[in-house]
This record gives sequence, C-alpha cells and structure tokens, in this order.
Amino acid sequence: MLKKDRNPDIKKRLFVKELVVVNIGIKPFYEDLKKQNVKVAHVDWEPPAGGDEEVAALLDKIL
Amino acid sequence: MITKILIKKNQYRDSVFLMVINEQVRSLPGVEEIAVMMGTENNREIIQKVGFSGSEIDYATANDIVICIRGDDDEVIGKAMAQIEEMLTRKPRPEELEDVYKTLDSAIRERPETNFAIISIPGQYASREVRKALHKGLNVLLFSDNVPIEEEVEVKKLAAKLDLIVMGPDCGTAVINHVPLAFANVVSPGRIGLVAAAGTGLQEVICLIDRSGQGISQAIGTGGRDLSDKVAGISMLKGIDILDGDEETEIIVLISKPPGPSTIKKILRRVSKCSKKVIIHFLGSKPELISKSGAIYAQTLEETALLAVAHLKGEPYIQKNFIVREVDLQRVLKGETKKMAPEQKYIRGLYSGGTLCDEAMFILKDLVGEVYSNIPLNPELKLKDMSREQKHCFIDLGDDYFTRGKPHPMISPELRSRYILNEADDPEVAVLLLDIVLGYGSHIDMAGALSESIKTAKLKATKRGGYLAVVTSVCGTQRDPQDFNSQIRKLEEVGVVVMPSNAQAARFAAMISMRNINRAH
Repeated sequence: MLKKDRNPDIKKRLFVKELVVVNIGIKPFYEDLKKQNVKVAHVDWEPPAGGDEEVAALLDKIL
Repeated sequence: MITKILIKKNQYRDSVFLMVINEQVRSLPGVEEIAVMMGTENNREIIQKVGFSGSEIDYATANDIVICIRGDDDEVIGKAMAQIEEMLTRKPRPEELEDVYKTLDSAIRERPETNFAIISIPGQYASREVRKALHKGLNVLLFSDNVPIEEEVEVKKLAAKLDLIVMGPDCGTAVINHVPLAFANVVSPGRIGLVAAAGTGLQEVICLIDRSGQGISQAIGTGGRDLSDKVAGISMLKGIDILDGDEETEIIVLISKPPGPSTIKKILRRVSKCSKKVIIHFLGSKPELISKSGAIYAQTLEETALLAVAHLKGEPYIQKNFIVREVDLQRVLKGETKKMAPEQKYIRGLYSGGTLCDEAMFILKDLVGEVYSNIPLNPELKLKDMSREQKHCFIDLGDDYFTRGKPHPMISPELRSRYILNEADDPEVAVLLLDIVLGYGSHIDMAGALSESIKTAKLKATKRGGYLAVVTSVCGTQRDPQDFNSQIRKLEEVGVVVMPSNAQAARFAAMISMRNINRAH
C-alpha cells in the first residue's frame, strides 16, 4: 500500500497511484504483469498504414 | 534436403513471437534449419547467413513475414509449415480477449485510468507511440532499441515538458510502485530509490539490497544512452527529482557506465542540491569528483548496495573483498586448483548481462591484467573474431551482435552452452566466469538448462589431465519466479562455485587463475 504523498505539489506526485498499464509490443511483458495481478491491457500492435512511413506521417497530422 | 520459402505479405508479428516459432519448429524431427522473421534488411542478411537465398527473400519488406525451412523431405516440410501456420493464426484465449486492443487509443478510451505504457515495438516506429502515450499523460518504459538518438532526445524533452518520464530506449528493467517491469526482480518494498542507465547493474544492486533485508521504493531505468552528452541525462535528472520529492525514498542511488563529460557535471550539480543522501556508482569515474558533490562514491555494484543499506541503517560500512570466511575460501580455492594442469591460466567470461560483464572486467584488469572482449574497457583489446577467444577474454552474449534475430542469453541457454563447450577445448583456460540472472523475463531454470554443458565441459578438461573451474553468482531474490535456492543448488551439484555477488565471483576467478600460475612457476 503506497503512503500518501504529503507533498502538495502535484508535479512531484509521479507514480503515486496504483499502476494501470498498457503494453504495446512483446506479449510476455503483459503476461507477466497478469500473473502478478497488475491491471494491464495489451495492444496487438501492427505497423501503421501497412508500414508505409509516408502515409503514417500524414495520418499522424490529420488524426 | 528440401528447401521451402514462403513470404506472407503485409503481416506483422513481433520478434519474440517469431522467435518462439523458430525454436519450436526447429526441434521437429527432420528439420535442419529454419528462419521465420520479418523481412527487414538486417533480418534478410541473417537469413542469407544461414543458407537461404532467392529473389522472394530479396524483395521481401519489413512488413512481410519471411518463412524459410530446410528439411529431410516433403513430409517434414509439410509438418513444419502446418505448425508455423497454426501458430501464426492462433486466436487469443477467451480470457485474454477483453484485455487485447488493436491500438493504444482504443485501449485508453476503454481504460481511462491507464497511467503507464510499456513499449517494445521496432525502433523506427517507437517514438510515435511514445509521443501518443505521453500526450495521454502516461509515463513510459521504452524497451525498444534502434531508436534514433535524435528521437530519443525529442521524446525525453516532451516528457520533461509534461512532467513525465521516458525510461529508455533500450531500457529492460524497472520496478515501479513495487511492480517488476520487463526483465526485473521481485524485491521488498523499502526506502532506497534508484535511477540507473544499466539494466543488469540495476538488477544486481536491487537484489543485493533485498537480500540484505532492506527494500526498494522505486527502481527507475533511463536507457543506456541517457547519460551521453547528446541526451544529457534528461531521464536521470527527472528520476532524481522524483526520488528527492518522494516520501517513501530515504536514500537515492545512481548507477551508470561512464557518463559524458558535460553530463556528469550536470548530474552532480543536481545531486549537490539533493535533500537526501546519494550513493553513486558511475563505472570508472574518479572518486574525488563524486565526493565533491556531496554524494558517496561506490566502486562496485555490490559496494553500491552495501553502502545504501549501511547509510539507511546508520551503520558503518567496511569494505570486504569476500564475505565468505577466509578459511572456507582457501579450502575451496585449493580444491579448485589442485587438479589443474600447469598450462591452465586464463579466465573466460561468458555473460548475459552487459553491466555485470563490465564490472567483472573492471575488477580483473587490476588483478590479472589485459582482458579482451567484444565490449572491451580499452578499445585496443577488442576481440577481432567472436569465435576465437584469446588470453583472458570476456564475452557479453547479450550484445546486439549475438541477439539480432536470436533470443537473448537471459531467455535462452543455447548460445552460452555452445560457448561453454568451446572454452572446454582450450587447454589454457583455467576458469569460466558466468552470471545467472533471475526475475521476470528470464529463463525459468537457467541453472538447470546450463548444467549439461557445464558437466560436459568439466569432463573434457578432466580427460585431458586438467580441471576446469566454473564460478558464478546468481542475481535474484527469494521471491523471484525461479526458485533462488534451487538455482544455487543445481549449480553446486555440477561443481560450480557460487559466490554471493558478481564482484566476489570475479575476484575469486582471479584468485584461481593467479594461484595456478604461481603453482606452475
């Protein structure tokens, strides 16, 4: 159980909350966190725009 | 022999997933060689090196899966292809479906409480996902390597602006809010916080702290390049800020290989303003420079841990080369050298952890002299041919040279087993020095997996009229997924000398080598 951080400066309060993770890439990292009962989602990542870097960059600008 | 090559266009699978396919299909009867990889330029070179060629391979792209099999006959090829197909198209288990998303955006939309991202995708795509994660307010562990350094600087500056941290690239180890992430150990919660630009270095120190009865508040990784002058320590500085303001942290520890000359000044300036005691292990740094900042200098990873524990408890620290009783040390030393042939003198290090390899070489250079390596401390001692070790020689088997397209030696024993057997053919080798790294991500029974090759290697030396000593340390804790005590027992059963730390293992290996040289003279 984490101690409550008495520091009122919100900028310093990193890592205070319970870790809720999203794993993008190698699935064993997600599986290991599941085994430890950590809240974790897994993203089945694929290259954006079928791997076309130029199209992906354009999509980044629009979306 | 029949060869089959198949390209699956526009299908992506991560390298670990494909490695599992390679390992499983390679073991099928009649399969001589296999390569299942994404068609990147590097991978296509690897595929050619193992003897596959053809225009289909040449025209494959990084978005295609390249499948190459060589086997006894059509039936073998058919079974292998069927297994590959089954593994590629296997659906997630029903219980996983609610956890699995196609994109980061959809994951966060449905789980708005998400506050941390672990990113391990190919380097050229990584910074895009890091930026997305940062803009959603997530701290990031960036495991990916091959991220251009300019992109590293860009995402770290963005993180700093958003009051977040990017741990990486090439960061394999962190323990955040007492949760081991990626390759990390299960350690007790406590009051020592660490920031490290050295993965297995961080693992060694947190394990030694845990085994001394103390615990960790946070163990923050920064990635290996963070303290270069180009990146200028952005993540380490953020990590120091976090720990300095963290109520749980009483002692701060910093670990790195030698920082860039202007970065070390920046870090030490920040350290001089810390409200808490700081212990610094920057390998090879001058003690006076560290002490001038008000920090405490630690020469080895072990000393780093012991100093942190001593200062936490308010007890004096007394440096010792060994914690084993001298009489026991001498007994083991005599036992390991009494049957050695006079020509046996060299130490060969076969390491899975780069920082542990560095530390061992650093200790040995003052005891036994020049140490050749693929990651030498002195560039003149760079090993020219990876298959021909010379004199005292240390190999970091986790270096990129070995791990492109192949599993890391912390996950798979195969490459290290081959090197162990190789070293046993050299009559001038007196001692093998290894590291066994436990924790999440690592092989579930590395000690057991290496036992056969260690036994065979020792037998080869005995048959030649000599004796091969094998020394190691086990980097782990009692609560790691592997059984820590059973790992030590399995190693001792095959005659390995297990020392309590990497530093002590290196010193003991030096004693074996030096004792036999003295006896021969």
